[in-house]
Amino acid sequence: MDPGSELRRLREEFEALKGGTKNKLSMIVFSGDLDKLLAAFIIATGAVAMGLEVVMFFTFWATPALRDKKKRARGKDLFGKMFGFMLPRGAGKVKLSKMNMGGTGTAMIKHLMKKRNIASLEEMISLAAELEVKIYICDMSMGLMGFKPEEMIDYPGVEFVGVAKFLEEAGDSKIQLFL
Amino acid sequence: MSDEIKADVTMDLKGLACPLPVVKVSQQIKKMKVGQVLEAETTDPGAHADFPAWAKSSGNEILKTVKEEKSARFYIKKLK
Repeated sequence: MDPGSELRRLREEFEALKGGTKNKLSMIVFSGDLDKLLAAFIIATGAVAMGLEVVMFFTFWATPALRDKKKRARGKDLFGKMFGFMLPRGAGKVKLSKMNMGGTGTAMIKHLMKKRNIASLEEMISLAAELEVKIYICDMSMGLMGFKPEEMIDYPGVEFVGVAKFLEEAGDSKIQLFL
Repeated sequence: MSDEIKADVTMDLKGLACPLPVVKVSQQIKKMKVGQVLEAETTDPGAHADFPAWAKSSGNEILKTVKEEKSARFYIKKLK
């Protein structure tokens, strides 16, 4: 056996013994609620501080939270227009999962957060970008809700992917979460 | 006094809430040299649990914690 292939075999064995995991956190962000999205970004940015690589996969109701309030997309069909109208236009428009009370609960929480110097969801997204948290957006959710890439926020390195991409990332992550 | 710790960098994190104290400290530590000491002052009550947890997993050392009336000062030594 030549030394090259022997080395390769030993390396594979070593990776298998380690469990094949990297210092990485993979997170599915499913919820479009303000409270859960905040939790997702607090965990993501905290994880970077702890030395982890972080990957967030946005799907279903979490997708509209990444829309840019200033951008509009053209050429949507009727359903796309309906979803576009009914779903929140960006992180500033998402509501609490509890005690929303027609928007007053959400406004109250936002007021309190500002008073207590807690970062807003928009600020947390900017912080995540600064810390190089990777964001993937589910391509199928985009298509289903009629969203177009040009109406999403300018997040560095954002990619539109499918489930296999998430599973590949999750497969070698030390921590996996679903929010 | 011989047990006086001299900080190379001081950070005022007063008023910042979770997760910002830990995020800011980890960013600052990255810019420093091994062996240097960072003094971070925070009013976040969670920091008493968070800073030691962060130090443990990032491989740095908390030399001393000084509790003030409304805040706490952490002396963190960069180990790697």
